[in-house]
Amino acid sequence: MQFFQDHILSVILFTPTVGAILMLFIRGDRENVHRWMGNLFGMLGFLVSLPLVIRLGENWNTFNPALTDFQFVEDVEWIPSIGARYALGVDGISLLLVLLTTLLGAIAILSSWSAITQRVKEYYILMLLLQTGMLGVFLALDFFLFYVFWEVMLVPMYFLIGVWGSDRRLYAAIKFFLYTLAGSVLMLLAILGMYFTYAQQTGVYTFDIRTLLEAVPGFSPALQQWLFWGLFFAFAIKVPMFPFHTWLPDAHTEAPTAGSVILAGVLLKMGTYGFLRFSVPMLPDAVKEYSQIMVWVSIVAIIYGALVCMMQKDMKKLIAYSSVSHLGFCTLGIFALTPHGLSGSLLQQINHGLSTGALFLIVGVLYERRHTRMIADFGGLSTPMPGFAAIYLIVSLASLGMPLLNGFIGEFTILRGVFEVNKHWAAWGVVGIVLGAAYLLWLYQRVMFGHVTHEENRHLPDLNLREYATLVPLVVLCFWIGIYPKPFFEIIDPPMHRIVNRVNPGYYLVDPVKPLPAPSAETGTTSATPGSAAVPPQEQR
Amino acid sequence: MTTPLPYFLDSIWLIPLFPLGTAALMLFFGRRLPNSAVSVLCVGSVLVSFVYSVGAFLQLRAWPFAALGYWPEKVLFDWVPLGAYHTDAGQLAQFTAEWGFLLDPLSAVMILVVTGVGLLIHIYSIGYMGHEGGYYRFFGYMNLFMFSMLTLVLANNLLLMFVGWEGVGLCSYLLIGFYFLRKSASDAGKKAFIVNRVGDAGFLLGIFLTAATLGTIKFTELGPAIQQMGLSVGAPALTAIGLLLFVGATGKSAQIPLYTWLPDAMEGPTPVSALIHAATMVTAGVYMVTRTNAIYQMAPEALAVVAIVGALTAFYAATMGLVQNDIKRVLAYSTISQLGYMFLACGVGAYIAGIFHLMTHAFFKALLFLAAGSVIHALSGEQDMQKMGALWNRVPVTARTMFIAALAIAGIPPLAGFFSKDEILWKTWSAGDIGQILWLLGAVTALLTAFYMFRLINLTFFGKSRVPKEVDHHVHESPAVMTVPLVVLAVLSVVGGWVGIPAALGGSNHFEHWLEPVISQPPGVHHAAALTDGAHHDPTEYVLMVVSVLLALLGIWLARYVYIRREGLAEQLAARWSGLHRLLFRKYYVDELYDALFVNRAKDLGTTLAAFDRRVIDGWGVDGSAWFTRFTSRVSIWWDTWIVDGLVNLTAWVVGVFSYPFRWLQTGRVQNYALVFALGVLILLAYYLRGIL
Repeated sequence: MQFFQDHILSVILFTPTVGAILMLFIRGDRENVHRWMGNLFGMLGFLVSLPLVIRLGENWNTFNPALTDFQFVEDVEWIPSIGARYALGVDGISLLLVLLTTLLGAIAILSSWSAITQRVKEYYILMLLLQTGMLGVFLALDFFLFYVFWEVMLVPMYFLIGVWGSDRRLYAAIKFFLYTLAGSVLMLLAILGMYFTYAQQTGVYTFDIRTLLEAVPGFSPALQQWLFWGLFFAFAIKVPMFPFHTWLPDAHTEAPTAGSVILAGVLLKMGTYGFLRFSVPMLPDAVKEYSQIMVWVSIVAIIYGALVCMMQKDMKKLIAYSSVSHLGFCTLGIFALTPHGLSGSLLQQINHGLSTGALFLIVGVLYERRHTRMIADFGGLSTPMPGFAAIYLIVSLASLGMPLLNGFIGEFTILRGVFEVNKHWAAWGVVGIVLGAAYLLWLYQRVMFGHVTHEENRHLPDLNLREYATLVPLVVLCFWIGIYPKPFFEIIDPPMHRIVNRVNPGYYLVDPVKPLPAPSAETGTTSATPGSAAVPPQEQR
Repeated sequence: MTTPLPYFLDSIWLIPLFPLGTAALMLFFGRRLPNSAVSVLCVGSVLVSFVYSVGAFLQLRAWPFAALGYWPEKVLFDWVPLGAYHTDAGQLAQFTAEWGFLLDPLSAVMILVVTGVGLLIHIYSIGYMGHEGGYYRFFGYMNLFMFSMLTLVLANNLLLMFVGWEGVGLCSYLLIGFYFLRKSASDAGKKAFIVNRVGDAGFLLGIFLTAATLGTIKFTELGPAIQQMGLSVGAPALTAIGLLLFVGATGKSAQIPLYTWLPDAMEGPTPVSALIHAATMVTAGVYMVTRTNAIYQMAPEALAVVAIVGALTAFYAATMGLVQNDIKRVLAYSTISQLGYMFLACGVGAYIAGIFHLMTHAFFKALLFLAAGSVIHALSGEQDMQKMGALWNRVPVTARTMFIAALAIAGIPPLAGFFSKDEILWKTWSAGDIGQILWLLGAVTALLTAFYMFRLINLTFFGKSRVPKEVDHHVHESPAVMTVPLVVLAVLSVVGGWVGIPAALGGSNHFEHWLEPVISQPPGVHHAAALTDGAHHDPTEYVLMVVSVLLALLGIWLARYVYIRREGLAEQLAARWSGLHRLLFRKYYVDELYDALFVNRAKDLGTTLAAFDRRVIDGWGVDGSAWFTRFTSRVSIWWDTWIVDGLVNLTAWVVGVFSYPFRWLQTGRVQNYALVFALGVLILLAYYLRGIL
């Protein structure tokens, strides 16, 4: 127990790897064994991440949002000659992303049960390795380690798209791989830039993120700008920001369902995570200087993505472009550089993972039944698949920002934060929300409403238990965040406040709004003390 | 002051929760429940909400507002706690949207209307929807609607109101598209949702601006915050808030320019039209403007816009109502027009008159729709008035109740519509010069209203029967479960206005006194003349009253003349002014205009951008760089082959060429070497011996 408490992050990180290694020793033709193993370790990977927020016993320490430092830190020497360390830790920025990754990983693996029939063993091994790669990116507190995981993650994804994808899978896989690689090489340069500059200044060679977080803001402005652009390309390609977004529709469309879920749900968040973790807090001056450009690029992505969505004929491509639009909101929030913008952005990253992940699962359900993603091949599915219709509707509503579902909270928070800086920006963002309703409802109408237009759709089976099991948890979380987001904000807010303090040191020091005058009987509009104060009703009249 | 709130006031949060519970039940388990269980549960939950609303209303009447200075509020939890932010004034404020409910006289009136009329319509639906498929789905959505509408009404802040606001929009979408097998129905639902979203965008920006300007979004704090921020009447920020919120209202309440969805919304089942598209949801905009009157009172320009849009919509929609043949569409245009009246009232500062008309309109318009539904039911689904006629004695209860409703909406005293409409017109008249122009629009609209309503009545119930043979022998009065709600609503349409009889007619206008405390008075502006019931009355008030009644009677007479006395006259008139008739019949071609301007342009833009992605970004950028990479690699292959390797080979060749003679020497045969050696020795010898010889 004590070992688990001390090394929980390593356990989370390597549980999938252990599964993958064990599976290596099982013969490939025993497909069901691999399915069970994959699911077992996927689920296990999720379960071991829960103790981060759920107490296991009296002496168990869960994540404490009040602490300013990284938590559950593990830090040992790794390659002493270059100063690289094996350092892991979480804070409010990474915690939710880690939980999202383990949850979506388990769900994605579960969703593959009957969809994957070729090379089953290799598939599950790669899925598990992908999990480790992604978790490593969020957990690493050492730049060298971070970069290793950042690149490691590419390999399983490349194969997942390239081997189990659909018709144009090779084009998509190579495009995805090269594009990301090109960006990350620039990031490597930036990392080395920090590494050597820091060494020059202090004589210490270290990749330690915590150290560099404190030191980099002190670098010369010119260097900071170079560093900013170096990091920018890596993250902007990953997000993806306009105009680096075109790998996304291809990769999403060609990837197998689980791959799309992971891509949309987790992989894209690495870009925004990079901005939140590195670019903004490390290079506040450069970020402030370029924030306008970033904001406009984000706004273009929001509207551009939404408009392109409207005219897609392929469901997966449509949802891929909707990701461009939604991630535009996330980057918009980040570069507004206000507390609400930043908090909303992080929350919206989670939201997008849940609702877009669910949308890809939904397309996967249809694809598995009909082996087509074309909107025109469907129509009238509400009649044969009522349960599916209900879930799909809820997920669409979550994605288009219906209040009481998660997307609304995220978008509202972001736009409120943006409005504070520039009202026009917020107005453009709102246009994106209107368009979001248009393309998602139109898609829903064309797929679900009307009479069944293709004979082969008439008797499509409704969701089975396994499919419900993949979708219901996501729907429940969508409602949770929509109705009671407070616990999430409690985790997200403190690190965002620290970021704001770095970028805009005087932000929290201005005069507060004066308290409102006490209620008086003369004015019609007054404030009330809720519930606590009252007078027996018989007193008057 | 720690005494707990009295039971019903403490339980107002349950009022929306009851229908939510049954809605969830329906959506999850409804398919397995028999229709009777669905009816009991779904109607029962609305009944319980109604009882709780009445209880809360009664306890609110006993609330000592004068002593306390505030109204009861029930906060459940902090819903959206976003924390610190900067207001536009550069101060630090906290953003928190509570999940909290506020019961003041205004929301009390609204919950009574919503649950009361809602209950009647639910009961009616048992009969109307009895043999439709998806019975549970229908009631599930209806209950979800009740939840959203009650949340909208009871919310204590703008953001929670927005939850209800979007929620009713969603239910509207689902219920308009209830017959989802029909493309027109799902199209109409989608159109309603998207047009509403355009309005909601304005609402959302309004919320942002409120928070940024005032540092709060709680309704009860708006007025004090305005005072405290030192904002004066006509402050630009307040005007902007007013206008943005009003954009939201034009969407939800179908005003110019966002009204186009409401006529199409008639694709939904008739009880839906009655509940959502007549009595409750579409009035949300009026309610919202009244709820935020603390802002509007300080923003006269915004109010003027509200008034002008309201008056124009009232007139404009009425003109389109004149020529429609679909019985429900006539009522839809009538609803838009009547909503215009309500906004006109708000716009001239007579919020209470607007709410009064909202209430009476809920009674008679719900009745009109339900009666129309009963007619449609009797005629096996026929909605075209050209195929009706002479039904007066064949569906007696329906006909008589609908007749009462028509009188009420036409504004014939002493029915409900007379008092509320008259109040609006009088307040409009007394609002100054522009008020008198708007009054003229309103008065002409009253004439048009009476005309198209009685056109409807005459075409449906009087004259010759145009009912097709095969339908004719099925005609029957609806069952009691449908007619009883009609009768109750008819009674309300008669007596509903008596709570607000103006002092000029010897009444004491309870309604106005009840709502007065929620209307804030801007500093220095006195609505004394409009608000007090002093003993002296402007004689103009009586004159206007007589004028509007005469106009209504004229409208009724004209309708009778055109459609009963002089049969065929209508067709002649339509033929004489065929251009005008077509313009009205085709709704001024606004749908076509919007399609051409916005819908198709957005689609074109989407296509263009998708092509841009494919051709430019992917084509030139990504694939271009791939091509460039391949090109450079070809060049390097060429370079490697011809230049690098060429040089190497050249070197080798040169060396080869030059070494050729040497190779010729290097034969590896000892004899050759010996020969060369011997020759060399001979040559050397010859050289040295040259001098000696």
